[in-house]
Amino acid sequence: MRLLVAAVLALLPLAHGAAQQPTALEAPLGDARKEAAALALMRELRCLQCQNESIAESNAPQAEMMRRMVRERIAAGEDPKTVRDWFIERYGDWVTFMPPPGPETALLWATPVVLLGLGGLAALRLFRR
Amino acid sequence: MIPEIGHFALWLAAAAALVKALSLAGHGVERLAVAAALAQLLFVLSSFAALSWAFMVSDFSVQLVTTNSHTLKPALYKFTGVWANHEGSLLLWVLVLALAGAAVALAPATLGLRFRQRVLGVMGLVSLGFIAFLLLASNPFERSLPAPTEGQGLNPLLQDPGLAFHPPLLYIGYVGLSVAFAFAVAAMLEGNVGPRWAKAVRPWVLWAWSFLTVGVALGSYWAYYELGWGGWWFWDPVENAALMPWIAATALLHSVAVLARRDALRSWTLLLAVMAFSLSMLGTFIVRSGLLTSVHAFAVDPTRGLFLMALLALYVGGALGVYAWKAGSVPVGEGFEPVSREGALVANNLLLSCMLGVVFIGTLYPMALEGLTGKQISVGPPYFNATVVPLLLAMVVLMAIGPWLSWKQSGTAHLPARLLPAGVAAAAATVVALALFDVRATIALLGFAAAFWLGVASLQILLKQGLTYGVVGMALAHFGVAVAILGATASGALQREALVSMRVGDVVEMDGWQARLIDVRPVAGPNWTALQAELQISRHGAEMAILKPQSRTFTRPAMETTEAGLQAFWRGDMYAVLGKPDGFGRWQIHLWFKPLVRLIWAGAFLMALGGVVALAGRARVRLPKRERGWPGAFGPQPAE
Amino acid sequence: MMTPNRALLVLPLLLFAVVAVFLVGNLGRPQQAVLKSAMVGKPVPQFALPGLDGGPGLSSRDLAGGAPALVNVFASWCLPCQVEAPHLATLARQGATLHGIAVRDGPADTRDFLAKHGNPFARVGIDRGGQMMLALGSTGVPETFVVDGRGIIRYQHLGDIKAVDVANLLRELERAR
Repeated sequence: MRLLVAAVLALLPLAHGAAQQPTALEAPLGDARKEAAALALMRELRCLQCQNESIAESNAPQAEMMRRMVRERIAAGEDPKTVRDWFIERYGDWVTFMPPPGPETALLWATPVVLLGLGGLAALRLFRR
Repeated sequence: MIPEIGHFALWLAAAAALVKALSLAGHGVERLAVAAALAQLLFVLSSFAALSWAFMVSDFSVQLVTTNSHTLKPALYKFTGVWANHEGSLLLWVLVLALAGAAVALAPATLGLRFRQRVLGVMGLVSLGFIAFLLLASNPFERSLPAPTEGQGLNPLLQDPGLAFHPPLLYIGYVGLSVAFAFAVAAMLEGNVGPRWAKAVRPWVLWAWSFLTVGVALGSYWAYYELGWGGWWFWDPVENAALMPWIAATALLHSVAVLARRDALRSWTLLLAVMAFSLSMLGTFIVRSGLLTSVHAFAVDPTRGLFLMALLALYVGGALGVYAWKAGSVPVGEGFEPVSREGALVANNLLLSCMLGVVFIGTLYPMALEGLTGKQISVGPPYFNATVVPLLLAMVVLMAIGPWLSWKQSGTAHLPARLLPAGVAAAAATVVALALFDVRATIALLGFAAAFWLGVASLQILLKQGLTYGVVGMALAHFGVAVAILGATASGALQREALVSMRVGDVVEMDGWQARLIDVRPVAGPNWTALQAELQISRHGAEMAILKPQSRTFTRPAMETTEAGLQAFWRGDMYAVLGKPDGFGRWQIHLWFKPLVRLIWAGAFLMALGGVVALAGRARVRLPKRERGWPGAFGPQPAE
Repeated sequence: MMTPNRALLVLPLLLFAVVAVFLVGNLGRPQQAVLKSAMVGKPVPQFALPGLDGGPGLSSRDLAGGAPALVNVFASWCLPCQVEAPHLATLARQGATLHGIAVRDGPADTRDFLAKHGNPFARVGIDRGGQMMLALGSTGVPETFVVDGRGIIRYQHLGDIKAVDVANLLRELERAR
């Protein structure tokens, strides 16, 4: 039984394709507010090796690397927005799930307002006698 | 042999569908419509049975069975494997279409025989297209000879009891909306829309809506306990594809109520009925055409996408074309004041339509932008939460007020007194959340307030307005919404989380709970091996549960998954995920306590129950039949 | 109240037509091709990585030394990296300057890898945590970057280098002069 456990444990890192050397496990930041800010940012950043997941929930090795970087930078005092911009600079807008405000996404962000407006107008026509 | 029979049965089903479709043209063919509908059901059922047989006995000469099954699979998953793939799920789609057609054929023809024949005609046309797609582009009975001795397995994520119920329920909802679609097209062709039509179509909408509610909720619940990241909705394109018909169906339900009671909103209701099923078909297209990447998406094939788009163009384009042509000649219904029950329902429809538009545009925007400018962006939960939640909150406020307004023209003097309990409850909830639970986020406080506002108001309706099926159904459904919102808010705002490295024997404390890592050892299942951790969960010293999160490796296909260790308590769920070892004897353990999270799905279940209760009420009301040759009317039209 | 305007009634059909055309147009186009780094055209971020066995590591200053170079991101556990090793050797023989960054690896494994598959690198930097991957905007291993003499990233090659890519990379190196 012990042999089996040892064999499985030895094989696990290979199965994950992870680094052979043991690395420190992930740990939350000591400061609760910083950890909350880090978590919020992790939910916004996209896992680059997955099909539509954020780095907060992904098991992928790169997602873990990104989580580490987010925690390190926020622990060092960086603003979440700066950290997000850092990732955007390297991977483009695709890496964030929050579409960045700009001319290309103006229509997207305006959608709820436009729809409400149009719908409101249509409803008003119903009531006008 | 049996697969060939199944294949042949499908051709027969196509013939039956063709006969049904031809009844639109008249010339006596329409008299065969009912018989054709029943025949179609018989043939499709045979075909489905044949495919199921092939899966159950692991007949690997059928290519579909080879790619999606394995002799080691437990029997239940062999069966659910029938629809856990593109071709089989499409056959399920066609089966539900046939069932719906047979149901329409057997239900009393309250709007006349000719109308029913037209409805069956439209449904036959739709069935024909999808059966043709199956036969010509997605044949489930494709043989692969010589037959391999073993299958290539099933996606391990789909090996789950929840999967047994999620697609069939979802499809009954999705495809059940085809009845409303057919009713709308038939009504437009006849130029006959009004309260009688609304009352006739309402049971069908209720039926489809209830199943769709359960189907979507079950999908969310399955994702929660199976995918191992603790969330329950990701605004994934495939999730949105199922949500959009649901939003349209909800709007349709309320619009039909106005049409039935006050003969207003005719054109809009027709449009909604067409849109709801159109969105179902669009959802099918999106999921199977390879347009969007998602964990849910089926294997992709653009040529199939083209075929499906042709079907969509035919049906949706056709229906909208009929709408453009005929809806103008539908005489307008009655008018009403803004402050009235109709006004509230119009506001409800307005907000729901906005929600629908936002989800639609948000889902397709990245693709559109990339197509037009080449720029890649991602639109995910931050966007949808920011846009949909405010609309939802606005709706919840109105949902409590609406039922207290009278039809046509309502006074408002009685409202403050009626809504006082709800207002008090909402305020109390907010104060408790702030003071006792230290909730600071505005959106969370609004969520608690909204849940109690709507919940208390809905309960009150039961006390004040009497107990007819319709009223109970509505109150129950609205109460379900309140319950679901409470669950979503509580599990988000009051969640406790711990991410720790533990050795065997270590204990982690979390908000009054203790979790002790008892053991980590390998375990094996029918077609997987895993590393399993045992966590002993106690509260104030007393043991409450043992959680067993796993890190699983499947053999065929080779894939790794995390199985969450999950235990439900009355106060909430304890959720544990096993992470990586550090090589020195420590294991990563991610632990959550999610208060009241199950209320989300309990609330959805209550909503569906409300729909079924209202449906039961409809079933007991008999409407007079006015067909030629039938002996007279059955009585005066019952009061609403 | 008037009956709904004819124009309004046609609107749903028109909108559907637009959506349908757009969806069909996008069929067959993979929704997300492999993600290219957004750092192409930008300067290499400042870094300084330790080397093997106390030897000279790799830093951003080495990449701004005047001559263009290839930077190859690799790891010992990466199979395509083993496959591309001979082509890296070819590039080195043809006069290209190659630097390597070993990501998510311990020095022992990197040493073994280079011993087994050859070491075409002028300098090797060890990046145990893999942060350099993120800093360069890379999404996997192996990847090879062309960096010009002033330290600007000029080109990114995703995946392993095949025989056909050798000529292409040499051309990109020339262009980066």
